[in-house]
Amino acid sequence: MADLSCTIAGVSSPNPFWLASAPPTDKRYNVERAFEAGWGGVVWKTLGEDGPPVVNVSSRYGSVDFAGQRMMGFNNIELITDRPLQINLDEITAVKRDWPDRALVVSLMVPCTEQAWKDILNKVEQTGCDGVELNFGCPHGMSERGMGAAVGQVPEYIQEVTEWCKTHTDLPVFVKLTPNISDIRRPARAAFDGGADAVSLINTINSIVSIDLDIMAPTPTVAGKGVHGGYCGPAVKPIALSMVSEIARDPHTRNLPISGIGGINDWRDAAEYISLGCGSVQVCTAAMRYGFRIIDDLVDGLSNWMDEKGYASLEDFRGAAIPNVTDWQYLDLNYKTIAAIDQDKCIECGLCHITCEDTSHQAISATKDENGKRTYTVIDEECVGCNLCYLVCPVPKCITMEEVDNGLPYLNWTKHPNNPMKG
Amino acid sequence: MSADIRCQRLDAEDISRNFSELHVPLTELQAIQESARCLFCHDAPCVEACPTGIDIPGFIRKIASGNVRGAAKTILDENIMGNTCGNVCPVEELCEQVCVKNTSEEKPVVIGQLQRYATDLVLENWIQLFKRAADSGKKVAVVGGGPAGLSCAHRLAMLGHKVTIYDSRAEPGGLNEYGLAAYKMLDNRAAREVTYILDIGGINFEAGKSLGEDINLSDLRQAFDAVFIGLGHNTVRALDMENETVDGVYNAVDYIELIRQEDLSTLPVGRQVIVIGGGNTAIDMAVQIRKLGAESVTMVYRRGLDEMGATGYEQHVAQTNGVLILTQAQPHRILANDDQLSGVEFEYTTYDASGKLIGTGETFVLAADQLFKAIGQKLDAAPLDTGEIPELINGRIKVDEYQHTSLPDVWAGGDCTPGKDLTVTAVQDGKIAALSIDEYLNHG
Repeated sequence: MADLSCTIAGVSSPNPFWLASAPPTDKRYNVERAFEAGWGGVVWKTLGEDGPPVVNVSSRYGSVDFAGQRMMGFNNIELITDRPLQINLDEITAVKRDWPDRALVVSLMVPCTEQAWKDILNKVEQTGCDGVELNFGCPHGMSERGMGAAVGQVPEYIQEVTEWCKTHTDLPVFVKLTPNISDIRRPARAAFDGGADAVSLINTINSIVSIDLDIMAPTPTVAGKGVHGGYCGPAVKPIALSMVSEIARDPHTRNLPISGIGGINDWRDAAEYISLGCGSVQVCTAAMRYGFRIIDDLVDGLSNWMDEKGYASLEDFRGAAIPNVTDWQYLDLNYKTIAAIDQDKCIECGLCHITCEDTSHQAISATKDENGKRTYTVIDEECVGCNLCYLVCPVPKCITMEEVDNGLPYLNWTKHPNNPMKG
Repeated sequence: MSADIRCQRLDAEDISRNFSELHVPLTELQAIQESARCLFCHDAPCVEACPTGIDIPGFIRKIASGNVRGAAKTILDENIMGNTCGNVCPVEELCEQVCVKNTSEEKPVVIGQLQRYATDLVLENWIQLFKRAADSGKKVAVVGGGPAGLSCAHRLAMLGHKVTIYDSRAEPGGLNEYGLAAYKMLDNRAAREVTYILDIGGINFEAGKSLGEDINLSDLRQAFDAVFIGLGHNTVRALDMENETVDGVYNAVDYIELIRQEDLSTLPVGRQVIVIGGGNTAIDMAVQIRKLGAESVTMVYRRGLDEMGATGYEQHVAQTNGVLILTQAQPHRILANDDQLSGVEFEYTTYDASGKLIGTGETFVLAADQLFKAIGQKLDAAPLDTGEIPELINGRIKVDEYQHTSLPDVWAGGDCTPGKDLTVTAVQDGKIAALSIDEYLNHG
């Protein structure tokens, strides 16, 4: 069995699966259940400064359902922990004492003053936790008070707060990034420049998941009103993967450890994040959808896949996909694939034909014999190799994209005759 | 041994349970999950297999989106009896047989049940989706208030024509009301659908009017601008054997009608029962007499299982209800004591070199208290015989692709014309005829 242990920014855990800072990590009861189930670590739900806790609303989550499936996308309008600081600190202390092998990182969000950060760090250090994660991402509620995403959207603030934290604690500092910006590399560079030991991303995305058309208000609805919330779940994974890859490829932040977050629903998702360089991954929505027992397949599936591939440890494939993420202009314009339909597997649904005919390149013909048997055939010379038919086909391996050996050499846009700017 | 026939072989609770519906309606959740299985095929085979050409992927997509009313309209636009058909269509040899999911998952989308789900919405909430066009001033007579006649009448009404339906029975619906197995269609559902159809307005129902007795074709052609004949089968085939009229021998269709119309506790039920025939009527009969408490029910068919008119699914329903199906045996003699059925002697059958069914000469006897004949029904053309009559073919009224008979102002459809004897084909016949009649009325 492959070794799933992971170490990121000096924080170790028996497997790379951490629960993200969120409702599942709000208190000792949940966290201990998670550890009993086998989770490698948690990022404790965000603590605020001492004093009266924040107040959360009733009706906090919204869902995007798709084709009969629940929670393809999920959002929340919950704030940071609404429990007194000391209770959280005491529980963190107890949990770390009882579960020394698990990673326990504490998420923090306090007003943007050095004193506030210094105070909270001093308190948190005493719990024995393994690190802190600076919540610069929460897109609702806290940001209107000058915290969360309000900090994360300004690289200078990120750098400054990170520097304060590095000054006032020896704990590893993870900076959690908001995706609600135009270029994720800038906040990542700021965190790096401020001395961050790692970045965590993505936090949730500004979102309104739906409008209740009966009451004409966004969901989740609080007494007839709604607000934008933070979007997560399987739907956001592509956005997160792209952002992770940008940081991993950026020369400025190339070796900055990353804890990957966003729509991780199974071990394959996790492997994808790790292949883009992530040292650990954080999960929330999948656990909120099914409970903590999903850890069994996350661990088991990843391990079996690694065994099949011959990877003995996470390091064996961590970052392996990064060299293959490039810029569009370097793609080989002479590379050619065309669709091939395995007629023995075809169930005659016609989706390949109608989608190509209506929306693409009219490259799949439709014929019907006297018995009503339908045959869909790729017109090779019209096929541009776009993948649409292969993607809409409901039968696995019925349509495949076959590489055409056209004998042409690698040619990218920078050298292409059609490019007026070519060198 | 004297015949053991009596009422109330089962108590009311058991009978009620036995006659609960075969298909439990889908819940909203089931409908959403099932509709998500539909691939929304291009040039979908199911549409082609539907005799009424319903846009099946289209209505299923509407269910998936929560537009159930739109789904119902899509169905009823093509098949005004879509609710009944969702229940009683032999979907296993129509739409569901060709569903591409059979190939990929060995399980079709349950199109029939989804159709019922969508149409139940408008019938239960009485959402009238159809409106009669402005009166055209034209009048059409419809003979027979079964599925063909009702479908024709409804489409004609939509087009603004005034329709009078003549039917020999007290209530409209035809076999839909009187001929379907009770466990396939709970009583008020058929009537509710008929009421919905007639609710469009412009349709007058004349009860108790038999063609050839109370009305005749020549007079109707005089009084109306066009005539549609949807007589159905008006006679039952006979065995033509001695003792066929003794007590204990029944026509299955007559008994099935009693089940639909009467208090089930008053029906005579034998201990040992034989049903002769291989079609869905034979199955309906056999299953229902079992459900009424018959101890043993044997269905005897002269050919093999593969040749049965009853679909594989219907055979399955019979067998899982404890009906024994015997094949390759034909009735040889009806046995009776004092005008009371005592049994039936059967002869085994086989095929000769030319493939013709022949008796082997070997016989066996099954004791029986009741014998139900379900060997087919046919059209008795005699009631049409008043002056000029439409041309017949193989004992049925000959029609062209527009359901037009040989007479210029007479159309026909349903079981009295050639083709499959299904509710759904009858509805299509009526619809096609109505469109053709409309064309004729507008343009001559």
